[in-house]
Amino acid sequence: MSLSLDDKKRLLREMLFARRFEERCYEAYVERKVGGFLHLYPGQEACCHGVLEAAKPGSDYVITSYRDHVHALKCGVDPKRIMAELYGKETGVSRGRGGSMHIFDISRRFMGGYALVGGPFPLAAGIAKALKLQKRDEISICFLGDAANNQGTFHETLNMSALWELPVLFVCENNLYGIGTRIDRSTAVLDQYKRTCGYDLPAQQIDGQDVELVYAAARAAIAHVRAGEGPFFLELLTYRYRGHSMSDSNAYRKKEEEQRWSKRDPVIILRDRLVGAGVFSRNDFKAMDSEILDFIETEVIRYAEESPEPKVEELLQGVLATDDPWVKDGATVGRKE
Amino acid sequence: MFWEAVRRAHDEEMARDENVICMGEDIAVAGGTYKATSGLYKKYGPERVIDTPISENSFTGIGIGASFLGIRPIIEIMSVNFAWLALDQIANSAAKIRYMSGGQLTAPVVIRTPGGTAHQLASQHSARMEKVFMGIAGLRVVTPSSPRQAYGLIKSAVRCNDPVLINEHELMYNLKGEVPDAEYFHPLVGSERAREGKDVTLFGYNISTHWCLKAAETLAKEHGIEAEVIDLYALSPLDRDGIRESVSKTHRAIVVEEAEAIVGVGAEVIAIINEECFFELDAAPVRVSAAHTPIPYNRKLEQAAIPHPEKVVEAGLKMLGKN
Repeated sequence: MSLSLDDKKRLLREMLFARRFEERCYEAYVERKVGGFLHLYPGQEACCHGVLEAAKPGSDYVITSYRDHVHALKCGVDPKRIMAELYGKETGVSRGRGGSMHIFDISRRFMGGYALVGGPFPLAAGIAKALKLQKRDEISICFLGDAANNQGTFHETLNMSALWELPVLFVCENNLYGIGTRIDRSTAVLDQYKRTCGYDLPAQQIDGQDVELVYAAARAAIAHVRAGEGPFFLELLTYRYRGHSMSDSNAYRKKEEEQRWSKRDPVIILRDRLVGAGVFSRNDFKAMDSEILDFIETEVIRYAEESPEPKVEELLQGVLATDDPWVKDGATVGRKE
Repeated sequence: MFWEAVRRAHDEEMARDENVICMGEDIAVAGGTYKATSGLYKKYGPERVIDTPISENSFTGIGIGASFLGIRPIIEIMSVNFAWLALDQIANSAAKIRYMSGGQLTAPVVIRTPGGTAHQLASQHSARMEKVFMGIAGLRVVTPSSPRQAYGLIKSAVRCNDPVLINEHELMYNLKGEVPDAEYFHPLVGSERAREGKDVTLFGYNISTHWCLKAAETLAKEHGIEAEVIDLYALSPLDRDGIRESVSKTHRAIVVEEAEAIVGVGAEVIAIINEECFFELDAAPVRVSAAHTPIPYNRKLEQAAIPHPEKVVEAGLKMLGKN
């Protein structure tokens, strides 16, 4: 089953929204409204959108790294509450305790952004283990970058996932750089999908800039996982336009390389395809763009700006369960008085 | 025996709730290095009693991930020395998830792990890591000194919504002790008075509680000193009230720990004494701790590196001016 024209128009809108959202985060960071580390997604939009278009966002469980805003958006998390989180506000998805790298929205089964490279591998497999134990139909989807594959957790988790036939899809967004080090300087095997053969785990490599190709590959991969045939590893070849994070001068990349990839922009590829098919004009695109920009400014940014900050008096709350009967009252023998 | 109490807690919780599973190295088919999970594989099957590969960080992470969806994993890390490898998932995932998700997610895992200095296991198999775990916000740390505590602490830990680290001891699995026939839940906070006394408080936990009890007996019989023994089964959070109450009564404190003094349980307890009841003190509190070295292999060196009841007696006599 391929995408309908309406689906493609919606996807174009979502991807453009994600692009503009991230660019606005950049501005807010420069304005010092957003602190900490900020890892942006422009260039990689087709990866997350193509895969999750083939999944059931809000029903399937999604987990990823610190570059997490757009995965959350595609899972249906409210952009206002993501931006409020970046602003450190109480109305943010993680109540201002998480920040950019720790977006969570359990109501949309977006299981979070994690800041240790490779950390989510076992968590994703654990979610899959729970789904299998509870005999549920949903699957676990783990988005990480190529550099995460050099962590021990990659190897350990792929081994256990394959051994225990867990319903987990590993999506490797190979953007060629681990922080500032190019993949050929850090990694002996450039094709990441080849690394899974050591675990007899099926894998595929696909162009990550064309959302339709990603969608088609993800459909097959997800069908495999959902059918109970065990994990699958999908490698998507992509590129991030900005540095690893905002603290990254991005000086390690050649201009020619950046220009080459900008010609394969995932938003433009889809736009031109729709324009070529005669169902969408460049003016339609411009109108869509200004509508998105307007929404981000008047709704998203305004919400983040106007929301209250967390109360300092509540600093110590939420570290441990406070109302848990098993900590104290469940006991029949306590401290002898 | 201690291992039977551990096993019983597993069995009861697994029978009650099919979301309770257990996982670790050699725990299923082999039944566990200390027999603590023996028979469970046969009873509950391979999906719930899981032999893991030797991948401590990731199988701990898998347990944590499963706990996000309501599974209650009891994870055994075969030796606490291997928990160094799992610290990333314990500290970064399990302990922080509640706070950094704004309260949306919790990681109700139980991590059981035996440690301590046993029989000439040398540097890399003699770790005492309680001080490391205690420093992690969002993690509860408990350490049983008896079969009763082991049983009750596991029962409570499985049901608690926080991640709970249970620090066991390799030398204690054959320890005998009463366990109630009726179901019993031990609190995850507080402390227990293991012996009543008025002259000095000996603070112990896990194996060092037994050293304290032995020392207290010697002090009473041979020197007429009545030592109180407080068993700090909860290491994080520590029982500030219990510590203050006892020191306010005896006015003297000795903390006995199997680990090195530096950044340890003793340092923490003495800081609490300073904060809570400094003016109650009749003597400066002291620590009886391990040498700040890797644990040596040679038996004599090994034994010299860790505390003993005799060292506790010595410290008590010195504090009371009787040496």
